[in-house]
Amino acid sequence: MRIGIPDALRSYTGAAEVIADGATVAQMFAALDAHYPGLRFRVIDEQGNFRRHMRCFVNGVQTFDLNGALSAQDEITIVQALSGG
Amino acid sequence: MPKIALLVGTRKGAWIYRSDAARLAWHTDGPHFLGHIVHHMVLDPRDGRTLLAAAKTGHLGPTIFRSTDMGKSWAEARHPPAFAKAPDGETGRSVDHTFWLTPGHASQPGVWYAGTSPHGLFRSEDHGVTWEGVAGLNDNPQYREWMGGPQDGTPDGPKLHSLLVDPRDGNHLYLGMSSGGVHETRDAGASWTPLVAGMAVVFGDASVIQSHDPHCLALCPTLPDRLYLQNHCGIYRIDRPSDEWQRIGRNMPGEIGDIGFPIVAHPRDPDTLWCSRWTAPTSGRAPARAGGPPPI
Repeated sequence: MRIGIPDALRSYTGAAEVIADGATVAQMFAALDAHYPGLRFRVIDEQGNFRRHMRCFVNGVQTFDLNGALSAQDEITIVQALSGG
Repeated sequence: MPKIALLVGTRKGAWIYRSDAARLAWHTDGPHFLGHIVHHMVLDPRDGRTLLAAAKTGHLGPTIFRSTDMGKSWAEARHPPAFAKAPDGETGRSVDHTFWLTPGHASQPGVWYAGTSPHGLFRSEDHGVTWEGVAGLNDNPQYREWMGGPQDGTPDGPKLHSLLVDPRDGNHLYLGMSSGGVHETRDAGASWTPLVAGMAVVFGDASVIQSHDPHCLALCPTLPDRLYLQNHCGIYRIDRPSDEWQRIGRNMPGEIGDIGFPIVAHPRDPDTLWCSRWTAPTSGRAPARAGGPPPI
Protein backbone atom coordinates (compact mmCIF):
# COMPACT_ATOMS: atom_id res chain seq x y z
CA MET A 1 0.00 0.00 0.00
CA ARG A 2 1.08 3.60 -0.55
CA ILE A 3 1.94 5.65 2.48
CA GLY A 4 2.28 9.43 2.45
CA ILE A 5 5.11 10.65 4.68
CA PRO A 6 5.14 14.11 6.29
CA ASP A 7 8.16 16.32 5.89
CA ALA A 8 9.28 15.76 9.49
CA LEU A 9 9.74 12.03 8.83
CA ARG A 10 11.42 12.23 5.44
CA SER A 11 14.85 12.16 7.07
CA TYR A 12 13.96 8.49 7.66
CA THR A 13 12.38 7.61 4.30
CA GLY A 14 14.07 10.04 1.94
CA ALA A 15 10.78 10.18 0.07
CA ALA A 16 7.33 11.74 0.37
CA GLU A 17 5.68 8.42 -0.42
CA VAL A 18 6.75 4.86 0.32
CA ILE A 19 5.31 1.37 -0.09
CA ALA A 20 4.82 -1.05 2.82
CA ASP A 21 2.71 -4.12 3.59
CA GLY A 22 0.60 -5.01 6.59
CA ALA A 23 -2.78 -6.51 7.38
CA THR A 24 -3.31 -3.99 10.18
CA VAL A 25 -2.17 -0.47 11.02
CA ALA A 26 0.22 -1.93 13.61
CA GLN A 27 1.73 -4.31 11.04
CA MET A 28 2.08 -1.49 8.54
CA PHE A 29 4.03 0.59 11.08
CA ALA A 30 6.14 -2.45 11.97
CA ALA A 31 6.97 -2.88 8.29
CA LEU A 32 7.81 0.81 8.00
CA ASP A 33 10.07 0.57 11.04
CA ALA A 34 11.84 -2.46 9.60
CA HIS A 35 12.70 -0.45 6.49
CA TYR A 36 13.25 2.86 8.24
CA PRO A 37 14.43 2.10 11.80
CA GLY A 38 13.23 4.55 14.42
CA LEU A 39 10.30 5.93 12.43
CA ARG A 40 7.58 4.13 14.40
CA PHE A 41 8.67 5.39 17.83
CA ARG A 42 8.52 8.97 16.64
CA VAL A 43 4.87 8.50 15.69
CA ILE A 44 3.61 5.97 18.28
CA ASP A 45 4.76 5.89 21.91
CA GLU A 46 5.75 2.88 23.99
CA GLN A 47 2.18 2.48 25.25
CA GLY A 48 0.87 2.09 21.70
CA ASN A 49 -0.68 5.55 21.44
CA PHE A 50 -0.28 7.95 18.55
CA ARG A 51 1.73 10.92 19.71
CA ARG A 52 -0.21 14.09 20.38
CA HIS A 53 0.65 15.84 17.13
CA MET A 54 0.82 12.85 14.83
CA ARG A 55 -2.17 11.54 12.90
CA CYS A 56 -2.81 8.61 10.59
CA PHE A 57 -5.47 8.56 7.88
CA VAL A 58 -6.68 5.49 5.98
CA ASN A 59 -8.34 6.45 2.71
CA GLY A 60 -8.91 9.91 4.14
CA VAL A 61 -10.41 8.73 7.44
CA GLN A 62 -8.51 9.35 10.64
CA THR A 63 -7.74 6.28 12.74
CA PHE A 64 -6.27 5.72 16.19
CA ASP A 65 -6.82 1.96 16.05
CA LEU A 66 -3.60 0.07 15.59
CA ASN A 67 -5.64 -3.11 15.15
CA GLY A 68 -7.62 -1.65 12.27
CA ALA A 69 -7.57 -3.87 9.17
CA LEU A 70 -5.82 -2.72 6.00
CA SER A 71 -5.84 -3.95 2.43
CA ALA A 72 -3.25 -3.56 -0.28
CA GLN A 73 -5.37 -0.97 -2.07
CA ASP A 74 -5.62 1.37 0.93
CA GLU A 75 -3.95 4.74 0.85
CA ILE A 76 -2.31 5.74 4.12
CA THR A 77 -1.33 9.27 5.03
CA ILE A 78 0.72 10.10 8.10
CA VAL A 79 0.15 13.72 9.03
CA GLN A 80 2.05 16.03 11.32
CA ALA A 81 -0.62 18.11 13.04
CA LEU A 82 -0.12 21.72 14.02
CA SER A 83 -1.35 23.38 17.17
CA GLY A 84 -0.90 26.61 19.02
CA GLY A 85 -1.91 30.20 18.48
CA MET B 1 47.45 24.06 21.45
CA PRO B 2 44.45 22.39 23.12
CA LYS B 3 41.17 22.41 21.25
CA ILE B 4 37.96 23.52 22.89
CA ALA B 5 34.42 22.63 21.87
CA LEU B 6 31.27 24.16 23.31
CA LEU B 7 28.24 21.92 22.86
CA VAL B 8 25.04 23.97 22.70
CA GLY B 9 21.52 22.52 22.67
CA THR B 10 18.56 24.77 21.89
CA ARG B 11 14.90 24.51 20.99
CA LYS B 12 15.87 24.90 17.33
CA GLY B 13 18.76 22.48 17.07
CA ALA B 14 22.32 21.96 18.30
CA TRP B 15 25.56 23.74 17.58
CA ILE B 16 29.21 22.95 18.21
CA TYR B 17 31.47 25.95 18.68
CA ARG B 18 35.16 25.19 18.29
CA SER B 19 38.18 27.20 19.34
CA ASP B 20 41.63 26.84 20.82
CA ALA B 21 42.91 27.64 24.29
CA ALA B 22 43.12 31.34 23.44
CA ARG B 23 39.37 31.39 22.72
CA LEU B 24 39.73 34.51 20.56
CA ALA B 25 38.12 33.06 17.43
CA TRP B 26 35.35 30.51 17.18
CA HIS B 27 34.21 28.27 14.36
CA THR B 28 30.48 27.57 14.22
CA ASP B 29 29.43 24.03 13.34
CA GLY B 30 25.67 23.68 12.95
CA PRO B 31 22.81 23.61 13.16
CA HIS B 32 22.65 19.91 13.80
CA PHE B 33 19.08 18.53 13.86
CA LEU B 34 17.50 21.78 12.67
CA GLY B 35 14.03 22.05 14.15
CA HIS B 36 14.69 19.59 16.95
CA ILE B 37 14.60 20.49 20.62
CA VAL B 38 17.99 19.34 21.85
CA HIS B 39 17.84 19.14 25.63
CA HIS B 40 21.35 17.84 26.16
CA MET B 41 24.44 17.07 24.10
CA VAL B 42 27.37 15.42 25.86
CA LEU B 43 30.87 14.31 24.82
CA ASP B 44 32.16 11.03 26.23
CA PRO B 45 35.35 11.96 28.12
CA ARG B 46 36.42 8.32 27.99
CA ASP B 47 37.10 8.36 24.25
CA GLY B 48 36.97 12.06 23.38
CA ARG B 49 34.95 11.56 20.20
CA THR B 50 31.54 10.03 20.97
CA LEU B 51 28.72 12.53 21.24
CA LEU B 52 25.20 11.80 22.39
CA ALA B 53 22.33 14.23 21.81
CA ALA B 54 18.87 13.96 23.35
CA ALA B 55 16.34 15.29 20.84
CA LYS B 56 12.69 15.58 19.98
CA THR B 57 10.63 17.98 17.94
CA GLY B 58 7.39 19.72 18.76
CA HIS B 59 5.65 16.88 16.95
CA LEU B 60 7.80 13.78 16.82
CA GLY B 61 8.61 11.64 19.82
CA PRO B 62 11.93 11.59 21.65
CA THR B 63 15.11 9.92 20.53
CA ILE B 64 18.85 9.94 21.02
CA PHE B 65 21.35 10.58 18.26
CA ARG B 66 24.92 9.32 18.38
CA SER B 67 28.07 10.45 16.68
CA THR B 68 31.45 8.77 16.87
CA ASP B 69 33.27 11.44 14.87
CA MET B 70 32.52 14.56 16.92
CA GLY B 71 29.38 15.45 15.01
CA LYS B 72 30.46 14.89 11.41
CA SER B 73 27.83 12.17 11.12
CA TRP B 74 24.99 10.97 13.32
CA ALA B 75 23.04 7.75 13.79
CA GLU B 76 19.91 7.25 15.83
CA ALA B 77 19.81 5.00 18.88
CA ARG B 78 18.30 1.64 17.93
CA HIS B 79 16.23 1.53 21.12
CA PRO B 80 15.89 4.97 22.74
CA PRO B 81 14.75 5.31 26.37
CA ALA B 82 11.17 4.06 26.72
CA PHE B 83 9.15 2.85 29.68
CA ALA B 84 7.82 -0.70 29.74
CA LYS B 85 4.42 -1.20 28.18
CA ALA B 86 1.72 -1.26 30.80
CA PRO B 87 -0.46 -4.36 31.20
CA ASP B 88 -3.78 -4.19 29.35
CA GLY B 89 -6.24 -1.97 31.14
CA GLU B 90 -3.56 0.01 32.98
CA THR B 91 -2.15 3.41 32.10
CA GLY B 92 1.56 3.38 31.45
CA ARG B 93 4.15 6.12 31.30
CA SER B 94 5.57 7.39 28.03
CA VAL B 95 8.83 9.27 27.70
CA ASP B 96 8.07 12.79 26.52
CA HIS B 97 11.71 13.77 26.23
CA THR B 98 15.13 12.78 27.43
CA PHE B 99 16.41 15.70 29.45
CA TRP B 100 19.78 14.52 30.76
CA LEU B 101 22.72 12.41 29.61
CA THR B 102 25.67 11.27 31.72
CA PRO B 103 28.56 9.02 30.69
CA GLY B 104 29.19 6.19 33.15
CA HIS B 105 32.24 5.57 35.28
CA ALA B 106 35.70 5.54 33.67
CA SER B 107 35.93 1.81 34.38
CA GLN B 108 32.66 1.16 32.51
CA PRO B 109 33.25 2.12 28.87
CA GLY B 110 30.03 2.14 26.91
CA VAL B 111 27.83 2.80 29.95
CA TRP B 112 25.63 5.89 29.81
CA TYR B 113 22.70 7.12 31.87
CA ALA B 114 19.70 9.10 30.64
CA GLY B 115 17.15 11.03 32.69
CA THR B 116 13.73 11.66 31.21
CA SER B 117 10.45 13.51 31.60
CA PRO B 118 8.31 12.17 33.17
CA HIS B 119 10.81 11.01 35.78
CA GLY B 120 12.68 7.99 34.53
CA LEU B 121 16.24 6.68 34.62
CA PHE B 122 17.65 4.62 31.76
CA ARG B 123 20.99 2.92 31.25
CA SER B 124 22.89 1.96 28.13
CA GLU B 125 25.77 -0.49 28.10
CA ASP B 126 26.57 -0.15 24.39
CA HIS B 127 27.55 3.51 24.01
CA GLY B 128 23.93 4.67 23.72
CA VAL B 129 22.74 2.33 20.97
CA THR B 130 20.13 0.63 23.17
CA TRP B 131 18.64 1.71 26.51
CA GLU B 132 16.91 -0.12 29.33
CA GLY B 133 15.01 1.30 32.29
CA VAL B 134 16.65 1.21 35.72
CA ALA B 135 13.98 -0.77 37.54
CA GLY B 136 15.24 0.19 40.99
CA LEU B 137 14.03 3.71 40.32
CA ASN B 138 11.41 3.49 37.56
CA ASP B 139 9.53 0.63 39.24
CA ASN B 140 10.30 1.66 42.81
CA PRO B 141 7.27 1.14 45.10
CA GLN B 142 7.84 4.68 46.39
CA TYR B 143 7.79 6.20 42.90
CA ARG B 144 4.50 8.02 43.41
CA GLU B 145 5.41 9.05 46.96
CA TRP B 146 8.68 10.57 45.78
CA MET B 147 7.68 11.98 42.43
CA GLY B 148 3.91 12.40 42.30
CA GLY B 149 1.92 11.76 39.17
CA PRO B 150 3.01 12.40 35.60
CA GLN B 151 1.26 15.78 35.58
CA ASP B 152 2.95 16.99 38.76
CA GLY B 153 6.04 19.08 38.57
CA THR B 154 7.44 21.67 36.24
CA PRO B 155 5.30 23.13 33.42
CA ASP B 156 7.22 21.33 30.67
CA GLY B 157 7.00 18.10 32.62
CA PRO B 158 8.88 16.79 35.67
CA LYS B 159 12.47 15.97 34.89
CA LEU B 160 15.16 13.62 36.15
CA HIS B 161 18.46 15.44 35.86
CA SER B 162 21.96 15.88 37.25
CA LEU B 163 22.90 12.23 37.37
CA LEU B 164 26.36 12.22 38.96
CA VAL B 165 28.82 9.32 39.07
CA ASP B 166 31.25 9.08 41.98
CA PRO B 167 34.68 8.95 40.31
CA ARG B 168 35.82 6.51 43.03
CA ASP B 169 32.93 4.05 42.64
CA GLY B 170 30.82 3.51 39.52
CA ASN B 171 28.02 2.02 41.60
CA HIS B 172 27.65 5.19 43.67
CA LEU B 173 25.33 7.64 41.91
CA TYR B 174 23.38 10.75 42.77
CA LEU B 175 20.50 12.31 40.87
CA GLY B 176 18.03 15.15 41.16
CA MET B 177 14.39 15.30 40.16
CA SER B 178 12.21 18.36 39.80
CA SER B 179 9.41 17.73 42.29
CA GLY B 180 11.19 14.57 43.38
CA GLY B 181 14.22 15.52 45.48
CA VAL B 182 17.81 14.34 45.50
CA HIS B 183 18.50 10.61 45.73
CA GLU B 184 21.56 8.41 46.16
CA THR B 185 22.36 4.81 45.28
CA ARG B 186 25.40 2.75 46.25
CA ASP B 187 24.39 -0.36 44.30
CA ALA B 188 24.24 0.95 40.72
CA GLY B 189 20.59 1.90 40.95
CA ALA B 190 19.09 -1.20 42.55
CA SER B 191 18.03 0.83 45.62
CA TRP B 192 17.79 4.54 46.31
CA THR B 193 17.78 6.75 49.40
CA PRO B 194 16.45 10.33 49.46
CA LEU B 195 19.01 12.98 50.39
CA VAL B 196 17.01 16.11 51.15
CA ALA B 197 17.61 16.96 54.84
CA GLY B 198 18.42 20.61 55.35
CA MET B 199 16.81 21.83 52.15
CA ALA B 200 13.93 24.29 52.19
CA VAL B 201 10.83 23.86 50.04
CA VAL B 202 8.56 26.48 48.48
CA PHE B 203 5.30 24.65 49.04
CA GLY B 204 4.23 22.01 51.49
CA ASP B 205 6.12 19.97 54.02
CA ALA B 206 9.90 19.56 53.73
CA SER B 207 9.55 16.00 54.99
CA VAL B 208 7.59 15.16 51.83
CA ILE B 209 10.10 14.21 49.16
CA GLN B 210 7.82 15.35 46.34
CA SER B 211 7.96 18.91 47.73
CA HIS B 212 11.66 19.19 46.93
CA ASP B 213 12.61 20.81 43.65
CA PRO B 214 16.33 20.56 42.97
CA HIS B 215 17.33 22.46 39.83
CA CYS B 216 20.92 21.33 39.43
CA LEU B 217 23.46 19.20 41.29
CA ALA B 218 27.24 19.32 40.89
CA LEU B 219 29.96 17.08 42.29
CA CYS B 220 33.50 18.38 42.85
CA PRO B 221 35.84 16.26 40.72
CA THR B 222 38.79 16.70 43.09
CA LEU B 223 36.71 16.28 46.27
CA PRO B 224 33.92 13.82 45.38
CA ASP B 225 32.44 13.93 48.88
CA ARG B 226 31.42 17.53 48.25
CA LEU B 227 28.29 18.33 46.25
CA TYR B 228 26.66 21.60 45.44
CA LEU B 229 22.98 22.09 44.71
CA GLN B 230 20.74 24.83 43.43
CA ASN B 231 17.07 24.31 44.19
CA HIS B 232 13.89 26.35 44.16
CA CYS B 233 14.96 28.11 47.37
CA GLY B 234 18.71 28.63 47.26
CA ILE B 235 22.25 27.30 46.84
CA TYR B 236 23.39 24.46 49.10
CA ARG B 237 26.48 22.40 49.85
CA ILE B 238 26.92 19.01 51.45
CA ASP B 239 30.10 17.28 52.56
CA ARG B 240 29.55 13.56 52.85
CA PRO B 241 29.20 11.50 54.91
CA SER B 242 26.94 14.21 56.30
CA ASP B 243 23.33 13.74 55.23
CA GLU B 244 22.38 17.37 55.73
CA TRP B 245 22.63 20.15 53.18
CA GLN B 246 23.91 23.55 54.30
CA ARG B 247 22.56 26.67 52.62
CA ILE B 248 25.52 28.74 51.39
CA GLY B 249 23.66 30.97 48.96
CA ARG B 250 22.94 33.66 51.52
CA ASN B 251 26.49 34.85 50.85
CA MET B 252 25.49 35.79 47.32
CA PRO B 253 25.15 39.48 46.44
CA GLY B 254 21.69 40.68 47.43
CA GLU B 255 20.83 42.00 43.98
CA ILE B 256 21.51 38.58 42.51
CA GLY B 257 20.11 36.27 45.15
CA ASP B 258 20.69 32.55 45.23
CA ILE B 259 17.83 31.13 43.22
CA GLY B 260 18.68 29.96 39.74
CA PHE B 261 19.22 26.92 37.60
CA PRO B 262 22.70 26.10 36.27
CA ILE B 263 25.66 25.51 38.55
CA VAL B 264 29.12 24.29 37.64
CA ALA B 265 31.77 23.03 40.06
CA HIS B 266 35.35 24.07 39.41
CA PRO B 267 37.32 21.19 37.84
CA ARG B 268 40.18 21.53 40.38
CA ASP B 269 39.17 23.88 43.21
CA PRO B 270 36.37 22.38 45.34
CA ASP B 271 35.79 25.75 47.04
CA THR B 272 34.72 27.40 43.79
CA LEU B 273 31.28 27.10 42.22
CA TRP B 274 29.77 29.02 39.33
CA CYS B 275 26.06 29.73 39.35
CA SER B 276 23.61 32.04 37.64
CA ARG B 277 20.53 33.80 38.80
CA TRP B 278 16.89 33.05 38.00
CA THR B 279 16.84 35.32 34.94
CA ALA B 280 19.86 36.55 33.07
CA PRO B 281 20.96 40.05 34.09
CA THR B 282 20.47 42.63 31.37
CA SER B 283 23.99 43.90 31.95
CA GLY B 284 25.34 40.61 30.65
CA ARG B 285 27.59 40.26 33.66
CA ALA B 286 29.44 37.05 34.27
CA PRO B 287 27.89 34.32 36.39
CA ALA B 288 28.26 34.84 40.10
CA ARG B 289 30.77 32.89 42.12
CA ALA B 290 29.89 31.24 45.40
CA GLY B 291 31.52 28.69 47.63
CA GLY B 292 33.54 28.77 50.81
CA PRO B 293 32.22 27.73 54.17
CA PRO B 294 28.51 27.97 54.88
CA PRO B 295 27.45 31.14 56.72
CA ILE B 296 26.22 29.33 59.80
